[in-house]
Amino acid sequence: MSFRPTPRLVLLGLAAVILAMVVTGCGRDDTSSNAQGASQTTDTGGTTESLFGRIEADGSSTVGPLVTAAAESFQQENPDVQVTVGISGTGGGFERFCAGETDLSNASRPIKPDPEDQEATLCKKNGVEYTEFQVANDGIAVVTNKEIAWATCLTVDQLKKIWEPGSKVKSWKDVDPSFPDEKLTLAGPGTDSGTFDFFTNEINGEEGASRSDYQASEDDNVIVQAVEGDKGGLGYFGLSYYEQNQDKLNDVEVDGGDGCVAPSTETVQDSSYTPLSRPLFVYAKNEALKRPEVQAFIKYMLDNHTSISESALFVPLTDEQAQKAEDTFATATGS
Amino acid sequence: MAAPDVTAGARPDSRLRAPGRRWSEDAVKLGLGLCALVSVATTAGIVVALLVPALEFFREVSIVDFLTGTEWAPLFEPARFGAIPLLVGTISITLWACVVCMPFGLGAAIFMSEYAGDRTRKLLKPLLELLAGIPTVVFGYFALTFFTPLLRRIGLDVEIFNALSAGLVIGVMLIPTVASLSEDAMSSVPIDLRSGAYALGSTRLQVATRIVVPAAISGIAASYVLAISRAIGETMIVLIAAGQQANLTFDPMRAVETMTAFIAATGSGDTPTGSIEYKTIFAVGLTLFLITLVMNAVAIRLVRRFREVYE
Repeated sequence: MSFRPTPRLVLLGLAAVILAMVVTGCGRDDTSSNAQGASQTTDTGGTTESLFGRIEADGSSTVGPLVTAAAESFQQENPDVQVTVGISGTGGGFERFCAGETDLSNASRPIKPDPEDQEATLCKKNGVEYTEFQVANDGIAVVTNKEIAWATCLTVDQLKKIWEPGSKVKSWKDVDPSFPDEKLTLAGPGTDSGTFDFFTNEINGEEGASRSDYQASEDDNVIVQAVEGDKGGLGYFGLSYYEQNQDKLNDVEVDGGDGCVAPSTETVQDSSYTPLSRPLFVYAKNEALKRPEVQAFIKYMLDNHTSISESALFVPLTDEQAQKAEDTFATATGS
Repeated sequence: MAAPDVTAGARPDSRLRAPGRRWSEDAVKLGLGLCALVSVATTAGIVVALLVPALEFFREVSIVDFLTGTEWAPLFEPARFGAIPLLVGTISITLWACVVCMPFGLGAAIFMSEYAGDRTRKLLKPLLELLAGIPTVVFGYFALTFFTPLLRRIGLDVEIFNALSAGLVIGVMLIPTVASLSEDAMSSVPIDLRSGAYALGSTRLQVATRIVVPAAISGIAASYVLAISRAIGETMIVLIAAGQQANLTFDPMRAVETMTAFIAATGSGDTPTGSIEYKTIFAVGLTLFLITLVMNAVAIRLVRRFREVYE
């Protein structure tokens, strides 16, 4: 009956603490969302624009987000042009492209050449002629926990030893006897990621071949959390994502046979950062390049290559590479 | 239709029924029946939707390999489909959740039902329910960014993603569930029983532990089973804080992957529809469904067996 303030105050305090926990709990959830999507179509209705039509692109799941990012801003200016971007993978994309089903094929490697009864042969057989445009550069950064001072440079063989299927490497000492006996915890992209395909292909020699007992996530932010959170942490992801998290992680130089090279925009652009850098392409069907909306879209991608590749977290083209793409475009369209 | 009415004598005389039964009553009955049907139909739909792709999965992967294999890497080359690590991960997380929610939930329930005054109880119950209303994603980040560092500070060598932190936080999340249901069960124990015990000179603790808890045991058991089912099915917290690494280990300091975390992570990636990887989701889902089904069936039997009926 009598008024007793103490328990109530205690309970209010408890509520405040819970609230504070909740607030700090979500405060760190700064998941970055970048333009990603399996396919997207937009048709916002007619304006005064004269361009209209439908552009179909398919191919690499790595290049997909880049073309999607380009399509999104392109469609703001040209709302009557529909661009659909599929992600069947580079190989799957070329299969459809050479069957004449798509206008553009996104590729994280050049098309396989003619004599080997490969993709180019199929295109030839079906009378599909095409033009290759380099649209961006891709690089993978290998990263470690800030506290790791010893692993400044790793060779491809060491990386393979760590990541190959069935690898039993559990301590840094197993990687190199001169390293301390610190537990090695691993994080990297999941199997759906183009980065995973690229890394496993270059390091383990086969696309998709990897040890499986590591923290695998399609969310780069989770990889950052894992490597940042464990003293012996090592992981890998796209170079641009490392550049955004430089304060939290160390990068590792990679020795592909010609000495240690640090990952950077320059070393990825000039391919000296081997083997974890590569060019990214969009192939256009020559037949489709005659259509004004396809021409406009390719031109848009080349003119805005820097902002597009940065928004999709890739390394932009060098001036030379961009000039070469412009020249190719001019020749192909006869303009 | 034309059969003679041989049982006419056993039926209530039709003249006793209200004349001109209103159609609206039938409509209400039908409507309410439909409400009940929705959940039954959903369950049936889920079973079918799970069963078809899961059976296709077991046509390609032997069920023995699935249930006894100790390596889980369905998305890697070469793919391995042993579900034991996922099972162990789920069990380990659930155990740690139980370690927290069972004693603390029951303790809170005993406090509210036997010790607390009206005023305290009226404040405490809504506060506990507030805890139950916090979204699980918040609990997930609470585990990852607050609880795991806390465990490290007290000297445990946990990995950044670990079973312990996720399990304990799930336990915290489930305290209100256990407390609230157990408290309901204890409050419905007749006051006569308590009065009798007090009259014999029992202390409060004796009344609580020897009279009220045994009398309310079926309700308490029901709350425990519900808590276990929810711990098994909890997805967001384990996805965020326990990692996605199918380690076969009961070591709570390490990362594990639960069945639910696998389903969520794989389902939100871009695994091609119809592939074996995609069907894996359904095989795991079916296993999860069967486990919960068996658990609930056992729980219902237990509750019936130990129920104390008064009056």
